[in-house]
Amino acid sequence: MSMDPSQITNYLPGDSLAGFLPLAQSGSFWLPPSGSTTASAVDWLFYFLFYVAAFFFLLIVTLMTIFILKYRVRPGRDAPEPSPSHNTWLELTWSVIPTMIIIFIFAVGFAGYMDMRTPPPNAYEIRVTGQKWKWFFTYPTGYVDENLHVPVDRPIRLVMTSRDVIHSLFIPAFRLKMDLVPGRYTSTWFQAIQPGEYDLLCAEYCGDNHSSMLAKVIVHRPGEFEKWLEEASNFMKNLSPVEAGRILYQRQGCAQCHSIDGSAKVGPTFLGLYGSEVKLADGSSVTADENYLRESILVPDAKVVAGFRPQMPPYQGLLDEEKIAALIEFIKSLKSDQSAGGHN
Amino acid sequence: MVTEVAEPKPIARATPPDYLHDGRGIWSWLFTLDHKRIGVMYLVGILTSLLLGGIFALLIRTHLAIPALVHRPGQTISTGESAAVIVGPSQPTPPGAVSSQDAAAQLTAESEAATAASTVQPTPPRYLLTPKEYNRAFTLHGAIMIFLVIIPGIPAALGNFVLPLMLGAKDVAFPRLNLMSFHLWLIGLVFFLVVLFTGGLDTGWTFYTPYSTTTDTRVTTAVVGAFILGFSSIFTGINFIATIHFLRPRGMSWFRMPLFVWSLYATAIIQVLATPVLGITLLLIALEKNFGLGIFDPKLGGDPVLFQHFFWFYSHPAVYIMILPGMGIISELVSTFSRKHIFGYRFIAFSSVAIAILGFLVWGHHMFTSGQSRLASMIFSALTFSVSIPSAIKVFNWLATMYKGRISLQTPMCYALAFILLFGIGGLTGLFLGALATDVHLHDTYFVVAHFHYVMFGGTLVAFLGGLHYWWPKMTGKMYNDTLGRLGALLIFLGLNLTFFPQFVLGTRGMPRRYFDYSSLLDRHPEFAGLNLMSTAGAYLTAIGLVVAAICLLGSLRWGKKAPPNPWGSASLEWRCPSPPPKENFLSPPIITPAFDPYDLDQVVYDPETQGYWVRQTAVT
Repeated sequence: MSMDPSQITNYLPGDSLAGFLPLAQSGSFWLPPSGSTTASAVDWLFYFLFYVAAFFFLLIVTLMTIFILKYRVRPGRDAPEPSPSHNTWLELTWSVIPTMIIIFIFAVGFAGYMDMRTPPPNAYEIRVTGQKWKWFFTYPTGYVDENLHVPVDRPIRLVMTSRDVIHSLFIPAFRLKMDLVPGRYTSTWFQAIQPGEYDLLCAEYCGDNHSSMLAKVIVHRPGEFEKWLEEASNFMKNLSPVEAGRILYQRQGCAQCHSIDGSAKVGPTFLGLYGSEVKLADGSSVTADENYLRESILVPDAKVVAGFRPQMPPYQGLLDEEKIAALIEFIKSLKSDQSAGGHN
Repeated sequence: MVTEVAEPKPIARATPPDYLHDGRGIWSWLFTLDHKRIGVMYLVGILTSLLLGGIFALLIRTHLAIPALVHRPGQTISTGESAAVIVGPSQPTPPGAVSSQDAAAQLTAESEAATAASTVQPTPPRYLLTPKEYNRAFTLHGAIMIFLVIIPGIPAALGNFVLPLMLGAKDVAFPRLNLMSFHLWLIGLVFFLVVLFTGGLDTGWTFYTPYSTTTDTRVTTAVVGAFILGFSSIFTGINFIATIHFLRPRGMSWFRMPLFVWSLYATAIIQVLATPVLGITLLLIALEKNFGLGIFDPKLGGDPVLFQHFFWFYSHPAVYIMILPGMGIISELVSTFSRKHIFGYRFIAFSSVAIAILGFLVWGHHMFTSGQSRLASMIFSALTFSVSIPSAIKVFNWLATMYKGRISLQTPMCYALAFILLFGIGGLTGLFLGALATDVHLHDTYFVVAHFHYVMFGGTLVAFLGGLHYWWPKMTGKMYNDTLGRLGALLIFLGLNLTFFPQFVLGTRGMPRRYFDYSSLLDRHPEFAGLNLMSTAGAYLTAIGLVVAAICLLGSLRWGKKAPPNPWGSASLEWRCPSPPPKENFLSPPIITPAFDPYDLDQVVYDPETQGYWVRQTAVT
């Protein structure tokens, strides 16, 4: 599924100066472009608060400046002028006026929050799973994607959980954020109003690669989402096992911990793994054949490689036979120089 | 005016040795029961910890400047980085290096190519720190600054020194408990140093579970250290409550106490009531991590959100432990340097207590996106706003105190004015985070980072520096160079704004906090580069300001003029003993007349001979 660049409305490559003034982009100085039905209420409240805050701050600065200029020590001013040391009415005034302002702010903020947390009954449901450092979006067909594809102008409800630590789904353009908590489901919803591509980030610190736990929200034009979903759901049929395995390697989160270039990440590399002799944490060793790879995918803690911590989540029940086979074929295709028997 | 009977100047009498010279050798310090020496030791320890935490801050900011400098816009999209991963093994590949062996391009379907940058993990560019080091740096920065610097900062260092003096007392109520509190602080410091040198800690200072119970860094050592520091804080609190209740001189009723004493009292209540909850929570983490007790980890049947409730039940009131004493200092400074009675004494005193009480009821505002119920979020949001009112009252009262005053812009006053402006920004931006709808967008972004640094650094630490410059002549008996002092205050003020104001914009535009690397966001957000560079430049400017302040203060020890007992013209009691005071503080117990008022500055008279002030005895008014 390719995106026509002309429809990606909120994307403009930065100019080479990369200046701090975000004028090259849509959106305002303070806020990025907004792309959901609830965002405008948030933006309105933000700017209301901004002007309230600016007013009070300028009031403080002005009074302070005037007082310093008028009353600072200088020749001819060596003593204060008499003035009352308290004034109940004045003090009540500057207690009551801010109180009324904040009651209003609270009410607007609460109303916006309720809208954000109350999905319409006809919302399209997508399941979201977080795992160090990867997003999984599961569609009603059972298809899992690493990016969030949604149709425009349709309420989307996200039902979310995490497989390890707490993550947080953050889509700045939709002014949307919700934690993914292991052991329970959280949910949120949005309705995109503009086709295009948006950032999706993890906002709850989750370890080494927290800042790489990124994905895209791709908002499809009317009618195109269904076509995309059907095509994407069938990717296994159209590709060779090695190619399909490469996609699964990325989509299923393998790439977060297992490199394919020989470098060790959180887990051992896949490069040259197949057929090699693997030293295990218990001192024994094993040949990395198909059965070893299969077992290590489904029940990772059964055989832990020496030098690594057992922290991979089991994939038992998450991958069907076809996908397991594709992944193994992909790993088999990653021959290192030595295992290939020569240099190139 | 001429007919006044000049009180004999206390300094003129035969004086016992001052507390700095009453006893020699390291042991006479480490096991002293003198509140002033304990205060000074706290001060040295806290400033050393500040230096350590500051070094981490500079590491973090330096690291975060690099992506802005090395990033070339428009080149990290699509296949460039993923290719670098596949073919470039260990070389640090500059982001955007285009490889001919673009293996990732074979990623079949077109959509894969378009999204490859986010799918294949880029080899992290070699910045100053690795991700692991960066995560340890920001964790230790936060943990050191909060547990070792800001929480004990004003009460334990300045409060310890000043509180008995302000009450005209010889010492705190429980001098041995005071010493034990300091020793516990030292042990806590040792635990944190052990953490630092044995692998560090990468949980963030908040220790969120289940991350903290599954990481292999030094969580147990750190939580035990924080547990011990908690006791140090509780002991100080108990001590101050007893001192304020029982050691006030005859005639000093509650509403004749200096406002700094009120703020220490409100702080102590929070310390005693909230800190045990932190202790229990941290103990539960240690038990879960080491013995598999299932409290917070869902794999063991626990609930991670429960941890957040427990944690913030302490840690939000702790914010007021940090800021209330700072507000107390500002009340003293604004009044003294405006030569005016503090405006609305009772409103300020009650607002401290109101903040202390309401502060217990707002912890859930850290959890608006955690999945807590909508009802809970609503209640916490409403209560959060209620805290803003007493804070606003204080700011207006300080300004009203300056009205028609005789404002002298000496160094402590410069810090006080900086506090009002910086805390003003910190407080007003809190409105954005208290309001539910905007908090959802801003939570866990740099907006929050900027907000709490404006409050913690711009508020607490600036007040601490103001108080330090204010009471420095009393502590050391030396006057510092006022011009240098003001220069330090100005640089710190400018540096803080340059560091943290850009972070508000970073946050509202969507940059999350605790990100090791934001280069992949730069194509869509070129403004992140400039804003981060400004912030880093500001951090260095702040550091220069702090160095200037340090030179100013330390230089005074060598070159400073001798300080008179009352160099600023304050009417409260701590200025009626010599500078520095002898071990038992007052040569004779200060006389509290029925008209005593710590803010009755009309009775303060300048004495050109000592270049200081003295207070007319107002036996009859």
